[in-house]
Amino acid sequence: MKRKSIDYSKWGYFFILPFFISFFVFSLIPLADTIRYSFYEYYRSGIKEIGPNFVGMENYVSLLKSDMLKYAGNTFILWIIGFIPQIVIALLLAEWFVDARLKIHGKQFFKVVIYLPNLIMASAFAMLFFTMFSTNGPINSILMNMGLLSKPIDFMGTVFGTRSLVGLMNFLMWFGNTTIMLMAAIMGISPDIFEASELDGCNSFQRFFRITLPLIRPILAYTLITSIIGGLQMFDVPQILTNGQGNPDRTSMTLIMFLNSHLKSKNYGMAGSLSVYLFIVSGILCFIVYRMTNGKDDKGGR
Amino acid sequence: MNSNAFNKFRSVFAHVLLVILSFMCLFFFYILFINATRSHADLQKGFSALPGKYFLTNFMNVANDGTFPMIRGILNSLIVSGCSAAICTYFSSLTAYGLYAYDFKLKKAAFTFIMAILVMPTQVTAMGFLRLITKMGMYDSLLPLIIPAIASPSVFYFMYSYLQSSLPLSLVEAARIDGSGEFMTFNRIVIPIMKPAIAVQAIFTFVGSWNNYFVPALVIQSKDKMTVPILIATLRGADFMSFDSAKIYMMIFVAIVPIIIVYLFLSKYIIAGITLGGVKE
Repeated sequence: MKRKSIDYSKWGYFFILPFFISFFVFSLIPLADTIRYSFYEYYRSGIKEIGPNFVGMENYVSLLKSDMLKYAGNTFILWIIGFIPQIVIALLLAEWFVDARLKIHGKQFFKVVIYLPNLIMASAFAMLFFTMFSTNGPINSILMNMGLLSKPIDFMGTVFGTRSLVGLMNFLMWFGNTTIMLMAAIMGISPDIFEASELDGCNSFQRFFRITLPLIRPILAYTLITSIIGGLQMFDVPQILTNGQGNPDRTSMTLIMFLNSHLKSKNYGMAGSLSVYLFIVSGILCFIVYRMTNGKDDKGGR
Repeated sequence: MNSNAFNKFRSVFAHVLLVILSFMCLFFFYILFINATRSHADLQKGFSALPGKYFLTNFMNVANDGTFPMIRGILNSLIVSGCSAAICTYFSSLTAYGLYAYDFKLKKAAFTFIMAILVMPTQVTAMGFLRLITKMGMYDSLLPLIIPAIASPSVFYFMYSYLQSSLPLSLVEAARIDGSGEFMTFNRIVIPIMKPAIAVQAIFTFVGSWNNYFVPALVIQSKDKMTVPILIATLRGADFMSFDSAKIYMMIFVAIVPIIIVYLFLSKYIIAGITLGGVKE
C-alpha cells in the first residue's frame, strides 16, 4: 500500500500569513476603530480635546444635514464630466485600433502617448494645470497672442472653468488606460464572428453597435464600476487645483477632500461617520465587482 | 467601391482625431519643458515656443532651496516606492503561491475574502489607520507608507492569474522529490518563473506609490521626510505672488520626469501589462 502523503497544508497557512496579518493590522483594526469613533463626539477645539463621548447616531444625522450631500453631488459631477468623453473616445479608439481595414499608422506610438498621462503624478499634473491656466499663465498668454482674447480668462474663478479643468485632467489621465482595456476586450472576440458579419454585408456601424458593443458589455460594466469607485476617491486633482478649498464657493469640493479636512482638524467623530458612509457605498460597489470577476463560477453553477 | 471610399474617410478621420488627442497629451509637457528652461523675468513677458537657456540655473535653484527640499523629497519618494514595490510583489507572490499550490481548509474562504476586498478604497480606513500608527509610534515616519504594501489584493490577483497560467504543479512535486524544502522551492523555482509578472507589477506599484498623495500627506509632518507629492502640495499652498515661477515649473518637471523616462524605456511591457490583470471573460 502507498504511504499516506505528507500533509503540506501548514505551508499554505504559513505562506498566506504575512498578507493576512498585514491586512488585519493596517486595514481591519483601523476600520473597526473608524466605525467605533463614528458613534462618539470626539474633536479638538483649539488645543482642548472634547470627548470621546458616546452620542449614538448624532454624527450621521448632522452629516446628512451638513454639506455632505452637496459634496457628493460635486464628486458625481466632476466624475461624469471626465467619464463621458473618456468612455466615448476610448470606445472609438479601441474599435479603430483593432479594425484591420483602417490601417492606422504609428499604432504603437499613439498607444504609448495616450497612456502616458495615466502615469503622471496627479498632484504635479494639477499643479501644472494651475500654473498654466492662471490669469497670467501660458494658456492665456498664447490665446491673447493669437488674438482670440482681449483680456485673460480667469479659469479658476468660475464654477464652470474649475469643474471643466478637473474633468479635462481626469479625462486625459484615464482615456488611454480605458482604450487599452477595451482594445483587449475587442481583440478577445472571435474573429469568426467578424468574418461572418462581413460576408453578410454588415457595415462598420452595424458591426460596432450590433456585435462589438453587446459582446464587450461585461468589460464595459467593469470599467464603469471601477471608474465610479475611482471617482468616489477623487482627491489629488481638485485638492491641489483649489488648494483644498474646493473654490469657487466649494463647488469642486469632493467627499474625500471633505474627509481630509476633518482628519486634518482632528474631528475624529465626524471623520469616522463620513468614512462609514463611504465604506457602505464602496462596499456595495465592491460586491458588484466581485460578482463580475467571479461571474464564471456562477454561470457554471446555474 | 462605395465602402472603400467610406473606409478611406474613416481612416482620415481616425488619424486626425488621434493626432489631436496626442497633441493634447503632449502639449502640456511641452509647455512644462519650455517654461522650465526660461527665467522668471522671461516668463513674465509671455509665452515663447522656443526653450530658454536657464535650465541649469533653475535646476540649481530648486536643488538648493531649503524651504522645498526637492532632492531630499525625491530620495524619500525613491525609498518609499522602491521598498513598497519590492515587498508588495514578493509577498503578493508568496500569498498567491500559498493559495495556488496548497490545499487547506480555509483556502476557499481566504481566496473569497481577498477577492471581496479587491477594489476597496484605502481612504475609508484612513482615520483609524492614522490613529493606529500614532499609537504604534510610527507617525511622521516612512514605515507606515511601506509596510501596508504587503497586503495588496489587486497585485495578489494578478500573481494568482499568472501562476495559474504558467506554473504546473508537477514542477513543485519534482522539486519535492529532489528534496527541496517548501520555502526554498518558492524562492529558487517559483520566483524565477514569476519574473515577468513581478517586473510588471513592480513598475505599477512603484508608480502608484511614487504618485500617492492622500495617505502620505496625513502621515508625514516634518520637512525632511516629505515625499514629492506633499512638497508639490505645500508649493501650492505657498504665497504665489512672491514666487519665482520658473522654479515652480522646474519643481513640477523634476517630479514627473523620472517616471516619464522609465516609461519611455519600458512602455512596451507596461502597455502589455495593463490588460493582464484585468477581468477575464
